[in-house]
Amino acid sequence: MKLSVWTYEGPPHVGAIRVATGMEKVHLVLHAPQGDTYADLLFTMIERRNHRPPVTYTTFQARDLGSDTASLFKKACIEAYERFKPELLLVGASCTAELIQDDPGGLAETLGLPVPVVPLELPSYQRKENFGADETFFQIVKTLSRPLEKTSEITCNLIGPTALGFRHRDDVLEMTKLLNSMGIKVNVSAPYGATPKDIELISQAHFNVLMYPETGEMACRYLERTYSQPFTKTVPIGVGAISDFVKEVSEIVEINASNADTYSQLPWYSASVDSTYLTSKRVFIFGDGTHAMTAARIAKDEIGFEVVGLGCFNRELARPMRKFAATFGLDALISDDYLEVEKHIQAVAPELILGTQMERHIGKRLGIPCAVISAPVHVQDFPARYSPQMGPEGANVIFDTWVHPLVMGLEEHLLTMFREDFEFHDEAGPSHHAAHSPGQKNEPQVTEATDNIAENKIIWLKDAEKELKKIPFFVRGKARKNTEKYAENNGFSEISIETLYEAKAHYAR
Amino acid sequence: MSSEKSLAGCMNAPVLKERGQHEVFCGLTSIIWLHRKMQDAFFLVVGSRTCAHLLQSAAGVMVFAEPRFGTAILEETDLAGMADAQEELERTVEELLSRRTDIKRLFLVGSCPSEVIKLDLATAAEKLSERYFPKVNVINYSGSGIETTFTQGEDACLEAVIRGLEPSNERQLVILGALPDIVHDQMLRLLEQLGLKNVLVLPQVRVDEKVSVGSNTHFICAQPFLGASFEEMVRRGAKPIFAPFPFGANGTTAWLKAICDIFGVSKETFDAVTDAPRRRAEIAIEKVSKILTGRSLFLFPDSQLEIPLARFLNQECGMKLIEVGSPYIHKQLVGPDLQLLPEGIIISEGQDVDKQLDRVFDHMPDLTVCGLGLANPLEAKGLTTKWAIELVFSPIHFYEQAADLASLFARPINRSEKLKIGRVA
Ligand code: SF4
Repeated sequence: MKLSVWTYEGPPHVGAIRVATGMEKVHLVLHAPQGDTYADLLFTMIERRNHRPPVTYTTFQARDLGSDTASLFKKACIEAYERFKPELLLVGASCTAELIQDDPGGLAETLGLPVPVVPLELPSYQRKENFGADETFFQIVKTLSRPLEKTSEITCNLIGPTALGFRHRDDVLEMTKLLNSMGIKVNVSAPYGATPKDIELISQAHFNVLMYPETGEMACRYLERTYSQPFTKTVPIGVGAISDFVKEVSEIVEINASNADTYSQLPWYSASVDSTYLTSKRVFIFGDGTHAMTAARIAKDEIGFEVVGLGCFNRELARPMRKFAATFGLDALISDDYLEVEKHIQAVAPELILGTQMERHIGKRLGIPCAVISAPVHVQDFPARYSPQMGPEGANVIFDTWVHPLVMGLEEHLLTMFREDFEFHDEAGPSHHAAHSPGQKNEPQVTEATDNIAENKIIWLKDAEKELKKIPFFVRGKARKNTEKYAENNGFSEISIETLYEAKAHYAR
Repeated sequence: MSSEKSLAGCMNAPVLKERGQHEVFCGLTSIIWLHRKMQDAFFLVVGSRTCAHLLQSAAGVMVFAEPRFGTAILEETDLAGMADAQEELERTVEELLSRRTDIKRLFLVGSCPSEVIKLDLATAAEKLSERYFPKVNVINYSGSGIETTFTQGEDACLEAVIRGLEPSNERQLVILGALPDIVHDQMLRLLEQLGLKNVLVLPQVRVDEKVSVGSNTHFICAQPFLGASFEEMVRRGAKPIFAPFPFGANGTTAWLKAICDIFGVSKETFDAVTDAPRRRAEIAIEKVSKILTGRSLFLFPDSQLEIPLARFLNQECGMKLIEVGSPYIHKQLVGPDLQLLPEGIIISEGQDVDKQLDRVFDHMPDLTVCGLGLANPLEAKGLTTKWAIELVFSPIHFYEQAADLASLFARPINRSEKLKIGRVA
């Protein structure tokens, strides 16, 4: 039993719904109680879909238990088939139905429906949403794919995008453009946008682009094993990754990659002098493994931030994440407990968080700016405009999005200069954010994170406390923490202005 | 309203009972407003990852700050041996209570998985109550989707609270239903002006507000979905007061009048207290409801508020009713409203969502009240919708909110008339 307030991932059947909703002409019959229909609103409200997810829920009730839940399921299958006429039927159980063991797969088989039926095993008490999507798509591919001649032109499949994915819709478009510039056509993009007929043709592509390992890796491995279709290992988010990706692809299909259109504004924007202020800003990065790792590379090598914390919520990627974090000299944080993540953020007091919807809220609470880089996300992270994460345009979008929550370069200097001006003081926040009005408390509440130090009773003298207030709020938390650490290490019981500046000199970078 | 026939209204009209896919929340969802209302309570759901995900999806970002609810997520190991699950639960509660020392009431909320594996939360609650006596009272109820629909979660919670009330012979008035603070205060002010003493409200905001029950207790529901709590009050000897629910000017007047009749408040006092706010409400409704008059309305089943709201929208705003769906119809409770509904409309109970969608497309109503899962798909097909969930969070009861209630329905129509750009999604 695990106490949880907010979760990064839903149950595995939500992953199955993401696959079914991303595809066309597919229907899922889910053996589940009525409350589980809440999942529909994720798609219709958060993603603003204009149709209901193609899911029929059996919505069995207490009085059905032990008597006719099985026939209820069969009836739901028949009616769903007749009403929606899908080309492929998925059947599965949510957490409650898993316990009553009606065997949806077996039941559906007895109906002799004229379309393929894919039974899904979704272990609700062990696995989560991403696994559910990965498994569902793998089962669909396994059922529908067959050996085919490779296409005469060079083609690939885009594997992994689903409904409710973070920018999946736009990434598919951006990847298609990038690959087209290399003379490679997209055979099938799946699950997002694919029909069962498309999946039947999946093996004729020369290779697979694994866009999101979280939701497409099992299928890619199967396709590699079964049809010798290699798949790409680089996820092209960020300038460096794009160029690695292009190289990887050109090696797989043996083409000259010089035509690849990889031009992004990011390198110049990053080099231009206004960006100097971004240097070594301390960032904390958390999300799904894929997005967090790509973000860390961009942060360090392409924007010049200092990565002070890195982790992911999906255990499936724990191993590569740990290895990768070690190259930054960090211990990866692998956790799906947002309270633990919050504690870590408080402890390292970053100047910027790159995270999910959860970290955005943590940041709001702690007064630390945050940009969203990964699911789970909310309605505002499905923008109307084209905003991919992958490819050259993705890199542009990322630069803008990450820099936006920060105080701009010149403004930062002015704040330091006029720190006591009553109108132009730091608590007014970045001037381009109306929401940060004067008087709003923006100071990171790092004091809680330094509890253990407080226990040692290090006292801030009045003058020192006042001086600390003059330090711009976005570095104040860090300054407080460093000074306390410095005082502690040197056995001081009080912090004076002197101590503050000694610490500043000590930690100068 | 003039013909003789309409006196019975829809009281005895046939109800279309449907059993197919329901598109509704389960009772756990009530926790989203209950935990805000009961300020010293924590709601611990014993369930699955699905339950936790439902709560956060339904709550959206509204309650991210310090929610007083959580889910003890059952894992493979808990399902293997039952003895373990009990121990695990005790451990989880201990962890929780040591972190949240401000908690005085802990609700152990059952879910579908806990019901199906027959986890005995009632006994667990008793044991825990003994252990944490007198600091924390541990109460069990079920918000599972196999037994409860959406607002029935509040009903089940309140029923459990009533079961634990002290007996008393005091002559008193108890009002059932969690209301937004502003409405709650207005209601108490009105009742006080009417000269009523000993007015108690359930659920209590804090546990130290003592509420008791007995044969001299009269009670009235402020929400229509409290059927089980109603029955439990009756079992405890309390006497129910029936009235239309206090929506709009007429509803509020009728509701207050029913109370005043029982407690012998004079007509003069009643008129003196209610005349001004009633007139204010009527004028305000008239202004807002112009755009509603003559428009057709279709209500999907959601919160059991549908029948009283249909009464308000028809009788006080002039809307034409097509179908009024409710997840469950408690005839005694909503009878007074049902009587005031015009004949010839469809009243449906339960749901077969696909068939109901067929009906909505047959009628193409001017306004459709439905859940979040259906709203955008219907909008994309050219219908104008109002999300039902807002109706359980917003202040909509009594005189001063009557026009706000009307505008909740007027706004979507207004909006779709304003937009001149089509709506292809
Ligand atoms: S319907 Fe049952 S399993 Fe689903 S969220 Fe509600 S209580 Fe949990």
